Amino acid sequence: MKPLRVRVWRGGIEGAFQSFDVPRHASQTVLDVVTHIQRALDSTLAYRFACRVGMCGSCAMTVNGVPRWTCRTHIDKAVGGKNEITLEPLRNLPVVRDLVTDMREFFDKWARAKGSFEGSKSRRDGFVPISPESQNRKQVDSAIECIGCAVCYSACDVVAQNPDYLGPAALNRAWTLIKDERDEKTLARLRAVAGDAGCHACHTHMSCTEHCPKQLSPTAGIAGLKREVLSAVLEGRL
Amino acid sequence: MSARAQTLLWVAQRASAALLGVCVLVHLATMIYAVRGGLTAAEILGRTSGNVAWFAFYTVFVLAIAVHVPIGLRAVLAEWAGWRGRGRDPALICLAIFLVYGGMSAVKGVFR
Repeated sequence: MKPLRVRVWRGGIEGAFQSFDVPRHASQTVLDVVTHIQRALDSTLAYRFACRVGMCGSCAMTVNGVPRWTCRTHIDKAVGGKNEITLEPLRNLPVVRDLVTDMREFFDKWARAKGSFEGSKSRRDGFVPISPESQNRKQVDSAIECIGCAVCYSACDVVAQNPDYLGPAALNRAWTLIKDERDEKTLARLRAVAGDAGCHACHTHMSCTEHCPKQLSPTAGIAGLKREVLSAVLEGRL
Repeated sequence: MSARAQTLLWVAQRASAALLGVCVLVHLATMIYAVRGGLTAAEILGRTSGNVAWFAFYTVFVLAIAVHVPIGLRAVLAEWAGWRGRGRDPALICLAIFLVYGGMSAVKGVFR
């Protein structure tokens, strides 16, 4: 089998692509290829990974223009019949070096969307029973599975055009908390996610939903936030 | 701008879009009917002059445009031109006034 030609982004915001030839193997993932480059061809290559099995989300990169988890992307699927692949850091985030991005802004936006749980009970109050069949719980059954890999944030064109936009992941997180019956911060959260930097900025392009490696739909959560904010405004709570 | 005000702008744009959807369909259907029927401009004016129903319909059409366009342009200016500053909203209010003035002048023209 012919070696795979891999074009890898080197540098920070300023930089250039460097090409490597990597041996092909059966069932080879993009992360396998990056690891081969770093271990066998150029030890100065910077990239990020941890679990290698699609649980942590830290190996997300732009593969042939598409944001993906590299550990769960087979080379055969990514190259699309060609023998060349291009690897870049995630879009919409500052590049630290090579394939590593600075995730601070991404997680700061979770905080701005009031993405932390705030209950009113102490450890002595016991558990609050939430029925799996309750409407609120069913609406966020899949959304709570987000692991914060930033693939959706990288795929979002609104983030690219409006740097203040909180982004799909932070809004999805806010949606899961608003539907959490134990949480006490709904109004403050609705205020945080409404408007030009929040859910109303979403153009429903659905890039987040299309590219989410866990097949979640942040778009549906954002639509839910729009409904919740509107109800709060009409009822005079916001 | 408060979260409440931004939400109301969003609602106004969606509501005006729904109105515009109906208005555009009625307008296009009327135009096609008038052209296919071979009506002259004078005959069309003869039917619209003094007709309160057409006056009300096109007034709603103009007002929906005056609400919808500036709010949509507000997002376009922010995202494509990076204009998020203080002058943007007053400029868009001026645009809304201009759209009402121009649109209503045309509506009055065919109502007289």
